[in-house]
Amino acid sequence: MSDVLLRVTNLSKRFGGFVALENVALDVAAGERLGLIGPNGSGKTTLINCISGALLNDEGTIVFEGRDITRLPPYRRARLGVARSFQIPKPFASMTVLENLRVPLEYAARARVERRRVADEAMRVLELVGLKERANEQSAGLTQVDMRKLELARALAAKPRLLISDEAMAGLSGSEVDEVLPILFKLNQSGITIIMIEHIMQAVMRFSQRVVCLDAGRIICEGAPDQIVRDPGVQRAYLGA
Amino acid sequence: MKPAVFWSSLVAALIAGLVFTEVGQNDYYFNAAYVVLQALIMAVAWNILGGFTGYVNFGSAGFFAVGAYTTIALNKAFGLPLPLLIAAAALVCGLIGLGVGYLTLRLKGVYFAIATLAMAIVIETLVNNWAYVGGAKGSYMLTPETHLWFDSYIKMLFMVMLALALASVAVSRALSSSRLGRGLAAIRDDEVAAECSGVPTLRLKLVSTTVMGAMMGVAGAPYPFFVTFVDPVSAFNLFIAVNSIAMPMIGGTAHWSGPVLGALLVGTAQELITVTISSELNVLLVGIMLVLFITLAPQGIVGLARKYLGRRLR
Amino acid sequence: MVSVDLFTNAVVAGLLLGGFYAAVAIGLAITFGQLDIVNIAHPAFVIVGSYIAYIVNTRLGLDPVLAGLLATPFFFIVGALVYRVYYAAFERTGQESLSGLAFFFGVMFIIEVVLILVYGVDYRLVSAVYTVGTLSFGFVDLPLRMLVPFVVSIALTGAIWLYLSRTFMGRAIQAVAQDRLALQLMGADPVRIKQFAFGLGIATAAIAGSLLIIIGPVEPSVGRQYIGRIFAIVVLGGMGSIQGMFIAALILGIVESLVTTFVGPSWAPAVAFGVLLLTLGLRPSGLFGRQ
Repeated sequence: MSDVLLRVTNLSKRFGGFVALENVALDVAAGERLGLIGPNGSGKTTLINCISGALLNDEGTIVFEGRDITRLPPYRRARLGVARSFQIPKPFASMTVLENLRVPLEYAARARVERRRVADEAMRVLELVGLKERANEQSAGLTQVDMRKLELARALAAKPRLLISDEAMAGLSGSEVDEVLPILFKLNQSGITIIMIEHIMQAVMRFSQRVVCLDAGRIICEGAPDQIVRDPGVQRAYLGA
Repeated sequence: MKPAVFWSSLVAALIAGLVFTEVGQNDYYFNAAYVVLQALIMAVAWNILGGFTGYVNFGSAGFFAVGAYTTIALNKAFGLPLPLLIAAAALVCGLIGLGVGYLTLRLKGVYFAIATLAMAIVIETLVNNWAYVGGAKGSYMLTPETHLWFDSYIKMLFMVMLALALASVAVSRALSSSRLGRGLAAIRDDEVAAECSGVPTLRLKLVSTTVMGAMMGVAGAPYPFFVTFVDPVSAFNLFIAVNSIAMPMIGGTAHWSGPVLGALLVGTAQELITVTISSELNVLLVGIMLVLFITLAPQGIVGLARKYLGRRLR
Repeated sequence: MVSVDLFTNAVVAGLLLGGFYAAVAIGLAITFGQLDIVNIAHPAFVIVGSYIAYIVNTRLGLDPVLAGLLATPFFFIVGALVYRVYYAAFERTGQESLSGLAFFFGVMFIIEVVLILVYGVDYRLVSAVYTVGTLSFGFVDLPLRMLVPFVVSIALTGAIWLYLSRTFMGRAIQAVAQDRLALQLMGADPVRIKQFAFGLGIATAAIAGSLLIIIGPVEPSVGRQYIGRIFAIVVLGGMGSIQGMFIAALILGIVESLVTTFVGPSWAPAVAFGVLLLTLGLRPSGLFGRQ
């Protein structure tokens, strides 16, 4: 049984009267590939916003590598090794692709990367995601697929132990998914724990070792991909009663 | 721009200034140059928070005036020499920048902008009611006797401003090409993504407002000696705020050279118009140019130059 | 010991003043409160309204409030045009924050300078039946030049509130900031709705301007004092709430009046901004704001 990298306990988040997350408990093992699924509005993005620190949860704790990060601001969590990519890519539009990576390398990964190695590291990451040729292009002019790759690259440049990929492949064609998915596999092989949120079922099933399903702010099912797919609760959540 | 080119340009400018003070006869030119240099420092300072970090400050006049009034107050109380007055102004205004930032930077950029306007007016009201520095009636400053080896006091003031202006440009350039500057640019481009990339956004924004405040205070510190009569209406003049926004926007906010270019062009044009036509028209022109540039060419002259020349200034 | 007379009169004056402030703030309540457009130039438009009322009143002898009402269609058109420019330059490209603010700042500045160039810095007044005279109830004085604007302001606020909550267009305006997509699905064009709303906001400036010059003399830089007031009012009241705005206006009026009476008039400008800073620091969503 490998170590628990991330332990979420009793997590609840409310927006006014609306309960976005209720009593969510989740353990993520080091090196694991976890899929997080659920219909729209089930709270997936809220959950990862709470884990990454963009939102503060109302109740519950988040423990990362044995350290309680529940009240830490997002930048501190990034420094500790929690990285996330955004559903709608948010590149640093005034910068080139390479310069985009300098930011996480110089800030989140500061303790893990030497100053004079930053440019090399950035190129290494770009090569990993297949953006090496675009290093000096303006990030604002990239294609959709390349923007998604840049998102992942930027999260990767933070040298994370945990990477949360928020619908990195949403809206991509089959062949484009086939470009991005192997990148995630490679990252996992290099030791990064990955939580993947996706609607593209075939991607989630191929990628995940374990899948957790959320509905209306609660976890309704958890298990191996083929189990989840057959679970009546999951089917109800997606297809309606 | 390579460091060698930059620093030799600075030194050359300094030497040129010195030569000018030896050769120049007409005090008017030094007066005009002082005004342009003052505007330059304000524009460079504004751009650190506005262009580099993406937060609009409408209260530039507030920082400037506090710099001026710090001089008035300390000069009246202790009769300190100019360098100490400048340092004191930098300290006081830096702290105000830090304070205002701390109170409002956690809110959206819009609220920050309004809060800066609020700060300027609140401070103006306080100064209006502070009899020690003259309140609403204003305060007179006697021109000191000493002007070192220069022929006249204004020549010395000009050199002081030149040195301060060059220093501010150097600071701005160092900031923009540093790790700190890259963090600020990330905040400007996408604050949430910056935070998730490990950038301590609040801390960096506070650094930005503090540096901006201090620099604006420095621009205002010698002002009482320049005009000899200071009152809240002139010190807190909205035109100072408009200029500090218009010049960087016209020159270009993304690069440290933008505000410099904007200040030199617009400042010189303003002097010409004020002298040849009228000062009201000058003021109107700045407003119109600001609006035109914002709507049609938001990247400013530097941005346009980059686009059409394809070169990248570094 | 504070005299009851003085205190009561200060409060009453504050109420009347606050009611008037609502007329100035309501334009911003629409453009900023509903549309999230930081129209810092709104008070400048109000001053233009004052000058128009002044011209019509001195040249044609018309009642200032009437003059203001007559000017509203022109202000509406100007507002729609300004929005067009704003939209084309900023909203479409997503540049709202930095440049949009500076744009309105520039517009405000231009308006003020043009007024100075044309009319100079002298104070201008209007004269009407009610610019002199006071109603008295015991020791409470109600100057007519404050009472009439107060009444008109209530009518204006009420009319706008009814419009926004009862008509289709009004509700579309309320919806546009919150849910563009739903609006588009309903077949309404968000841009035209925003244009209409912005025009409406500027149109109120015509009336507010005429009220302003009834209350007191006006010169071009008077508008600046109102920037802080109207933002304080809209923020304190809560974005999107007309009722909240009105109550906040009354509160601000009373606080300002009390400060002016008991501390000193030279402190009045700081009150609004002080209120604003406090609200932003303690409860940014205001009294009745949406989340």
